[in-house]
Formats: sequence, C-alpha cells, structure tokens
Amino acid sequence: MFWQQLINGITLGSTYALIALGYTMVYGIIQLINFAHGEIYMIGAFVGVVAVTVFQLNIFIALFVAMTVCIIIGVSVERIAYKPLRRSTRLAPLISAIGVSIFLQTLMTLIAGPQAVGFPQVINDQLYHIGSVTVSKVQVIILILASALMVGLQLIIKYLRIGKAMRAASEDYDTASLMGINVNRVISFTFALGSALAAAGGVMVGMYFNSIHPLMGVMAGTKAFCAAVLGGIGSIPGAMLGGLFLGVAEVGGVALGYGGYRDAIAFTLLILVLLFKPTGLLGRPIQRKV
Amino acid sequence: MDSLLTNYISPYYIKIFTLVGIYIIIALGLNFISGVTGQLSFGHAAFVSIGAYTAAILTTRLQLPFLPSLLVGGLLAAVVGILLGFPILRLTGDYLGIATLGFGEIVIVVFQNMDITGGTIGLSGIAKNTSLSLVVLVVIFTIWSMYRLENSRFGRALMAIREDEIAANVMGINITAYKIQAFGIGTFFAGIGGGLYAHMIQYLNPTDFGFSRSFEYLTFVVLGGLGSIPGTILGTTVLTLAPEFLRFVAEYRMMIYGALMVIMMIFRPRGLLGGVNLSKKIRALKNKKKTTIPSDAR
Repeated sequence: MFWQQLINGITLGSTYALIALGYTMVYGIIQLINFAHGEIYMIGAFVGVVAVTVFQLNIFIALFVAMTVCIIIGVSVERIAYKPLRRSTRLAPLISAIGVSIFLQTLMTLIAGPQAVGFPQVINDQLYHIGSVTVSKVQVIILILASALMVGLQLIIKYLRIGKAMRAASEDYDTASLMGINVNRVISFTFALGSALAAAGGVMVGMYFNSIHPLMGVMAGTKAFCAAVLGGIGSIPGAMLGGLFLGVAEVGGVALGYGGYRDAIAFTLLILVLLFKPTGLLGRPIQRKV
Repeated sequence: MDSLLTNYISPYYIKIFTLVGIYIIIALGLNFISGVTGQLSFGHAAFVSIGAYTAAILTTRLQLPFLPSLLVGGLLAAVVGILLGFPILRLTGDYLGIATLGFGEIVIVVFQNMDITGGTIGLSGIAKNTSLSLVVLVVIFTIWSMYRLENSRFGRALMAIREDEIAANVMGINITAYKIQAFGIGTFFAGIGGGLYAHMIQYLNPTDFGFSRSFEYLTFVVLGGLGSIPGTILGTTVLTLAPEFLRFVAEYRMMIYGALMVIMMIFRPRGLLGGVNLSKKIRALKNKKKTTIPSDAR
C-alpha cells in the first residue's frame, strides 16, 4: 500500500516538477512569476491531443510536436508581453503575465470548447506487478521520460555554453550582461526550455488522466509554482525535489482519507515550509544589504 | 432611495454601479496593504469570502439584522488577517505573495468542506439588503478613512516601510507591528466589501473567491496606479466596466480583456495614475491662474 502510493505520488510529482522547472528557471533570471506558464502546459496537452487524433501521430512524435509548438508560443509571449517591461516596476510584468494567462485560456476555450476533451488511450493499459506494487505502462513511460528530460536539462545547464550563460545570468543579471553575455538570448532560451518541459508535462498528464481541459493549467500551474517555491525558487534541483515532494504528499493525503482537502494539501505544506525555511528547502538565503 | 433612482436609471446600471462601488471598497483595502505598505498579497479574495460568508450566515441562519452582521464580517476578516499576519508577514516580497495565495486556496477548500457554508453547493437564500445608496455611503467612508490613514503618523510609517524596511527599522518603526496593523485594516475593508457583495448577489460559492479573483483585485490596484487612491478607484471602475462595454464582442470579451491588460501595462507600467500626484497637479493649476509668471523672468 505504502509503496503503491509512493509510486503514484512520484508519477504525479514528476509532472509537477516538469512544470515547476519552467517557473524556477524564469524566476532565477528575471525574478518574474510567469503566471502564463500553466497555460503553456495546457496548450501543450491540447497540441498533443490534436497530433494524436487528427494527424494520427505516434505519441512520442506528438510529444515532440507539442514541445516545439509551445517553445514558439512561450518565446513569443516573452517577446510581446514581458520584454518591454524588463526595466519597469516589479508588479507590471506580473499583471502582464496574468493578462496573457486570461488571453490564452479564453482563446483555448473558444477553439476547443469549455468542456473537457478526452485524451485517446495511446498506450495499452498493460500492468506490471512488482511484489505487491502494480505499475501501469503509462506510469513507467512518464517516469522514464520525465527523468530523461530532467537529466537532459541538467546536462544543458552544466555543459553547454548557453547553459553556463544561464547560470551566470541567474547569479547576477547585470554583471553577466557586462561580461558580454547576450542576456536577451539567454532569457529567450530559458523561456524555450521551460515551455518545452511544460508541454511535455501537459502531454504526460493527458496520457495519465485521459482528460484535458482549457482551465487545467490554472490549478496545475499554481501547484507547480508552489512546488518551485517549496524547493527554493531559482534552484533547479529544488524544483525537482519540490515537485516530487508535493506529488507524494498529495497522493498520500488522498490515500489517508483527506480527499476533500486535496487542493489544500499543497498550499498548507507550502506555508509550513516557508515559515521554517523562508526561501524554500534548497533556496539560497536572502542577503540583506544596507 | 434606490427605488427613486430606478425611475431614472435602469436596474442593470444600478447593479453595475453597486458592483463597482463594492469592488472599490475591496480594492482600496488591498491598496492599503500592497500600495501603501508595499506588502504583496495574492489572497485578498479569501478575506472578501470570510466577510461575505460571515455576514450571510449571520443574516440567514441567525436572523440577525444586516448592518451589525456586515460589521461582524469585516471584523472577523480583520481578525483572521491579523492572526495570519503574525507568522507570514515575516516573509518578504514574492514569498509573502505566494504564502497569501496558498492561504486563499486553503480558505476556499475549508469553506467547501464546511456544513454551515453549504459546502460546494454554496449558500443561497441571502436577502437583498445591499442598495446603491448604502454602497455609496460606505465607499465615501472608505475613501475618507484611507486619506486620513495615509496622511497620519501611522500612514507615514507604513510608507517608510514600503520604501526601505531597514531604514524604517533604524528610524525606530516597529516593522512587524505596523505591517500587521496595516494588514488588519486592509482585510477589514475586504470583509465589509464581501458582506455587501453577499447581500447583493444573494448567492455565495467558494469557487467565486479563488486566486483568479484575488489577482483581479490586484490588477484593479496596479492598473490604476499602485498606492494611489484615485488610481485605485479609476482602475477598479475601468476594469469592472470594461467587460460590460465589451459585451458586443460576445465570446471574445475575455480575450480582449486579457490583451488590454498586457497593452495597458506596456504603455503605462506604473498604472494609469501611477506617479501622478493629483492634489499637487490641482494646486499647480490654481497657482498658474493666480500668478502669471512673465516669460522672460527666467
């Protein structure tokens, strides 16, 4: 029972982690809570459905298509709605992000209709039994894909030139730009990476729950953001840890019989963690200079 | 009073204006927290819901008169705000915002699981006690108290905290105590607005007070001009009326609303009246009329 819930929790948590990575990377560099990120995740899921049903693509190709489309949308959103506001007050880009979020939600509701859309069963419902634990094939695929994407992200950030530039920009934005790093390119690349991961998360959630909805990005996005803050916003391992932690806690809470409080579990945990570690589990302490 | 008004204005407009008034009360409360004191709150709708539910439960289940219930709703929202403020106002900036967002969601889930609030079905059968004239009176009272608060020793301390916490602390301002008091005042007005809202809409559902609603209030304040009372009033009025005027575009309404938010922020990142000091402007205009400076005096 415990191991079963743990596996379910990790599966859910890894999708949260994929979305949380986008929040944390963007926040790390431009200190913006990108509220439109949940919508990118939702669009990713819808593109996945269209690719699988209308174009009859293989699910992995569909995943790739969804990621590509979302990269284009994510980067354009940054160019249009955030870039002109880079040097203004803290709250202006935030409001702009909320505007983008409302815009994309309504756009998708107009295109797809307000009701939930079924995600076709693309992977047969084969079950694997390991001891007392039952794992479905979908879960295995989600876990493998999510780990592969996260490892890939780590490699990009650790070893590629642009990854180094990202780390430099998140360390100190102004100094990085003085050192000849093209900060605008770094920011675009960060949005591209985040959007691709969110799209992958969207398709995976569609595969897992077999149903997607134009408003699905709101709650998932907020929870993923909680995961990012929980782990320590700006920290990439923190986002992964936070996502997994949140997924496990949520599934565990429902298993213990608090199903009615499902959505409150994430937020309660978040507040508790913030009270004891104000910058999250793996966050750097805030430095106050006079 | 309202029945007299209906002879001249259609009930539809009365409803819209009442709503604008209620939102102004709520938004001014948020402006006090986020604009004057500089503490980010993403959970303002939760305090509105506490006021709304308290007042509605008192009038429907306990048959209490409307005005005392309204006041109790506001006070309870303030008490919850103060109790919440003690632990979380130690957080700063975005972290505080996120903690308040989390709190807001918790409140909704709690209301959904309570019996007395009607759970997920919602609370209906609330009497229609809110009238436009009452709302106007409360709006005037709110604006007056906001001006008095801002221009007091207390308000100056809050602004000092907003500008620089460390400097304010060094000047002998007890930051935590002031922040908590400001939070209590802001949430009190949220609760009052909530009670008025409940007795106007006559039906409450926890999902009506989610974080998207909190962001809506924040948008009112930021688009008008953070920290500016006329700005908050203008922002609230424009953004509440915009969806009504956009009805002719039917289903594209919310899309245009979202796009408008982005465009307005790009062109006026500090809000419509941000950085504009109205009283100074008026004084400058008056002075111009009185003393005409010869052009070669410089």
